[in-house]
Amino acid sequence: MSALAQPPRPHQETRGPLARWFVAVAILALGIQFFRIQILKHSTYALRSDDNRIRELRVEPARGTLYDRTGRVVAENVPGYAIVVLPLSADSLRVALEHLGAILGHPREKTERLYSAYRQHPNLPVVVENNATFAEVSAVEERRAYLPGGIVIEAAPKRHYPWGATLAHVVGYVGEISEADLALPQFEGYEPGRIVGQTGIERAYDRVLAGSPGKRYVEVNALGRLVGDFRGHEKVAPVPGSDLHLNIDLALQMKAAELFPDTLAGAFVALEPKSGSVLVLYSAPEFDPNAFVGGIDPTVWNELSNSPGRPLFNRAVSAAYAPGSTFKLVLAALAINDGYAGVDTRMPIPCRGALLYYGRVFKDWTPIGHGALDLNGAIRESCDVYFYQLGLKVGLERILTGVRDFGFGRKTGIDLQSDIAGVFPPSSAWYDERYGASGWTNSVVLNLAIGQGENAQSVLKMAQFYAALAADGVLPRPRLVKEATLAEPAERLPLADEQLAALRAALVEVVNAPSGTARASRLARWTLAGKTGTAQNPHGEDHAWFIGFAPAEEPAIVAAVVLEGGGSGSAAAAPLAAQLIEYYLASQSGLKGSELAAGG
Amino acid sequence: MTERELIGWGDGTVLAIALGLSVFGVAMIYSAGELEIASTVTGIWRKQAVWLAISIAAFVLARRVSVRWLEWVAPIAYVLAVLGLVVVLVIGGGSEPRSWIRFGPFGFQPSEFAKLATVLLLARLASGRERPPDTLWDLWPYLAVVVLPVGLILAQPDIGTSAVFLAIFMALLYWANLPVSRLVMVLSPFVSLALAFSTALWGVWFLLLVAFLYFSRAYLSESLAVALANVTMGVVVRPVWQGLAGYQRSRILAFIQPEADPHGAGWHLIQSQVAIGSGGWLGKGFTAGTQKRLAFLPEQHTDFIVAVVGEELGYVGISLVLLALAILLWRVVAIAERAMEPFASVLVFGIFAFWFAHVMANVGMAVGLLPITGLPLPFVSYGGSFLLMSFVSLAIVQRVASESRIIAQ
Repeated sequence: MSALAQPPRPHQETRGPLARWFVAVAILALGIQFFRIQILKHSTYALRSDDNRIRELRVEPARGTLYDRTGRVVAENVPGYAIVVLPLSADSLRVALEHLGAILGHPREKTERLYSAYRQHPNLPVVVENNATFAEVSAVEERRAYLPGGIVIEAAPKRHYPWGATLAHVVGYVGEISEADLALPQFEGYEPGRIVGQTGIERAYDRVLAGSPGKRYVEVNALGRLVGDFRGHEKVAPVPGSDLHLNIDLALQMKAAELFPDTLAGAFVALEPKSGSVLVLYSAPEFDPNAFVGGIDPTVWNELSNSPGRPLFNRAVSAAYAPGSTFKLVLAALAINDGYAGVDTRMPIPCRGALLYYGRVFKDWTPIGHGALDLNGAIRESCDVYFYQLGLKVGLERILTGVRDFGFGRKTGIDLQSDIAGVFPPSSAWYDERYGASGWTNSVVLNLAIGQGENAQSVLKMAQFYAALAADGVLPRPRLVKEATLAEPAERLPLADEQLAALRAALVEVVNAPSGTARASRLARWTLAGKTGTAQNPHGEDHAWFIGFAPAEEPAIVAAVVLEGGGSGSAAAAPLAAQLIEYYLASQSGLKGSELAAGG
Repeated sequence: MTERELIGWGDGTVLAIALGLSVFGVAMIYSAGELEIASTVTGIWRKQAVWLAISIAAFVLARRVSVRWLEWVAPIAYVLAVLGLVVVLVIGGGSEPRSWIRFGPFGFQPSEFAKLATVLLLARLASGRERPPDTLWDLWPYLAVVVLPVGLILAQPDIGTSAVFLAIFMALLYWANLPVSRLVMVLSPFVSLALAFSTALWGVWFLLLVAFLYFSRAYLSESLAVALANVTMGVVVRPVWQGLAGYQRSRILAFIQPEADPHGAGWHLIQSQVAIGSGGWLGKGFTAGTQKRLAFLPEQHTDFIVAVVGEELGYVGISLVLLALAILLWRVVAIAERAMEPFASVLVFGIFAFWFAHVMANVGMAVGLLPITGLPLPFVSYGGSFLLMSFVSLAIVQRVASESRIIAQ
C-alpha cells in the first residue's frame, strides 16, 4: 500500500463484505433449489418429462379372416385409415373434435359422445374415425396447418364382407365397442375405441377373431403433434386374430337367397343332419353389413331400424314362429315313445273335416276330411283331426314335459348369441299364471298338438329336430364354425332305431305318396322326405313351412324354410326347400363324380 | 500512468468469466434453436454471435473512456436515455410491451441503455456529496432520477425491468451508506405493496412499522411520509392490479399458484421445472434436451435459457454457471470496494446491482423462487442490446479496476 492510497471509507469496510456474502448466500440458495429439483426430485420430473412427450398408441391387430366351407373368403381385411386424437387437454380435444367433426361430417352427438368418452378415460387416445376413406384422410391432411395438434392418422385394417347381404345374418358385422358392451364379461379387458363384432359370428367369436392389439410409443411435441416413434420403449406387436372356417356353403347360401321370394320375409336353414354343420342360414329381408363398418350413416341406420321388414332381425335363429303341422312329428315321436301309438295306430274318430270337443269345433285344414287314417297316414296327409285326438290321448301335462326330451324348450346351442329357446309352456301352471286357473281349458292341448297355440319355435330349432329324425336320433348341435368344439355331448332322442325309421318312412310318404301334402315337390333323382306346415298367422296370411331331408336312405342335408305370410306350406315352402336340397345333392354328387373320374 | 496500462486487463478473472459465459451463451442459444419443429429460434445463435462481436468491439472502445469523463457525461446520457424511452412509447409499434426500436434486422431496447444511464447519474449524485445522505429528505434527487425512467418503462408496460431499476436504486442507497433505519423506511412501501392482498397481514406490518418509526427516532416528517406511503401502497394496489395487462396478471398468479392452471400461465414454470428436474446430475447432453426439443420450454433462448442448461448439462453444468456468476459478482463488488473515487465506486456497485438483479430474477424464476419477470441472464441469454450494454458496463468495471490498481501502486 502506498501512501497515496486513501484510507477506505468506513462503510465500505462493512457493507462491501456484507454485499459479497449476500451474493454468495443468494446464489447458494439458487444452487440448493437446483439441487432439490434436479437431484432430489429428479425421478419425479424425469417421469413427468416422459409423460409430457410419450404417448401410447394402440396398434390394431388384423382381424381373422372368415372362410366358407369351400375356402372362399366371406370376411376379410382391406387397408383403411383411422383418425385418432392424442388429447393434450380437454379444451384442445374439443377444438380438434369440432374441426374433425366438420371435416368428416359427423353428427353433433358423435362429437359429444367422443368427448364424454374422453372424460371417462382421459389417458386414452380418442378414436375419432376408425374407417376413414382416403378422401377424408386427404381432407384432414390438407387442413392440418389449421387444426390443433395431436391428430394422428393411422393405418388400420378395415373389415370388408365381399358377399355383402347374402351372409349378413351369419357373419354379422363389426363396429366400435359400445359403453354397454364394455361392461359385459365377454369384453373384459377391451378398451374404448376397439372394434368388436356387433352381431353374428363376428360377435360370437370376437375373442378368437380380434387378436390382441399391440402398442407403440410415439413422441409428441408441446403442441401435441406427433414427432415420431419413441425408441426408448419396446413396442408390443399386435397379435393378429385367428382365421375361422365356416360350415356355411357359400354357393348353397346364395342359392337359398336366390330361391327366397324377394317380397317375403322369413328364413331358410340347412344343416348336415349328423354333424349339425350349418350349410345355410339365411334370413330375409337382408341388409348389407358393409354399411356398418366404421360406423353407420344415421340415415341408413334409421332406414334399417324403422323398416317394417326389420332386416337386422335374424329370423333363422331369433324369430319364433308357430311351427304348425311340422310340429306334428314331435307329438308323433312323443306318442310312439310313450307307447300311446304306433305308426299303424288309428284314432277312435275318423276325420270328417273337424272335431267337436266340448261343444267347440276344431277344424281340419281341409273341410273334406281325411277319413280313417293310421299315424303314418295322418303324417302323410297332415290330418289335424287325428292329431287332436292323439294330443288328448297323450295329455297336456305329458306333452308339456315330454317335448323337452326332443330338444324343445331350450336353445339350439348354435354358436350365435342370438339363439333363442322358443316358446313352449313348461307346465299347466304356466297357463294358470297366464290366464288364471279357470281362464283356460284342456282344449289348449288340441292347439299344441298341431303346432299352434302357445307354441313358437325358431326355424333352426325345427331343423335341429328334423336333423335328429334324419340322423339316427342324435340331436346335433348346430355349428357355424368348423373349429368350434362341442362343450357338451350331443343328446339322443328317446326313440329306438325302428321307431325313427317308421317316422322317416312317414315323411317319405309326405313327399312321395300320391296323397302326400308335398308330392308336388318330389325329386327325380333322390328320395326327399319332409313335412309341410301352414301356421295360422293372426296378422295376415298363413306362414308357410317345410322341413325336409334327402336322400331319405342316408340323409346328407336337412333344410327348413318358413315364409311369413307365404300361404300354404305345400305350395309355397316345399318347392323352395326341395330345390335347395336338389341343388346341394347335385353339386355334392358332381363333386363325387369328378373325384371318381380323377381317381379312376 | 500510461494509456496502455489504463486499458490493460483490469480484473482478468472478471473479463475471462464474462467472455466465457458469452461464448457459452452463444452455444446454448444454438442448442435452444435445435428443435423438432420449425422455430424462429433456430439459427438465431448467429445473430447473437454477431452481437457478441459488436459488444466486444464496444468493450474495447469503452475501455478507453475515462471514469472522469463518464461522470461528466452522466446527465447527458440520462437525458438521451429518457428521450429514448419516450420515443419507444410513441413509435414502438402496436404490440405490447412497446420496448423496441428497430434498425433493419437488429432491434434495440432503450430500457437497457437507460439502466446504465440511470446508474451513471445516480452515481454522480451520490458521489457529489460531502457526507452520505442521512434522512429521507436527502433522497429526493435520487428518487426523482429513478422514478422518471421507471414510470416510462411501466408504461410500456414492463414490470420486470422496472423492478431492476428499483433494485439498483436500493443498492445504491445501501452503497451510499444510507443508515439502515432509512433503508428500512424506503423499503417499507414495497412490503406494504406485497402484503396489500391481505388486510390482516398488512395491518400487522403497519403496526410494526409504526413501532419501528418510533424507536428509530425518525423525524416526524419522515415518519409521516413513510406512513403515508405505506397506506397508499396498501390501498392503491387493487386499482393498480386492475390496470395490469392480462399476461402480467396471469404471470403473477402463476407464480403464486403454478399448478392451478397447468396449461395456462403456470405452464411455463412447470415446463421449466420439468426440464431442469429431468436433467439430473449430468443432463441429457448438449442439444439433446427432450423438453426443449419438443418445444415444451417457452422462451428457451432468453427467459428460460437456464432451463436448457439444466436439462442438457445437468446439475454439474448449472453449478458451474452459478459458480462463474458468483465469482463475477463477488469480484465486481470487490472492485467497487477498492475504487478510490466515490463516483467510480458507486458506479461499479450500481452495475453489480443491475447484473445481480438480472441473475436472481432470471434464475429464480426458472426454479420457481421468484415470479416470472422475463429478465434475461447477463452474458448468456439471447438479446443484442442487453449483451451490448453488459459489455459496455463490463468495460466501465474493468476501467475502474485498472485505474484503482494503478493508483494503489
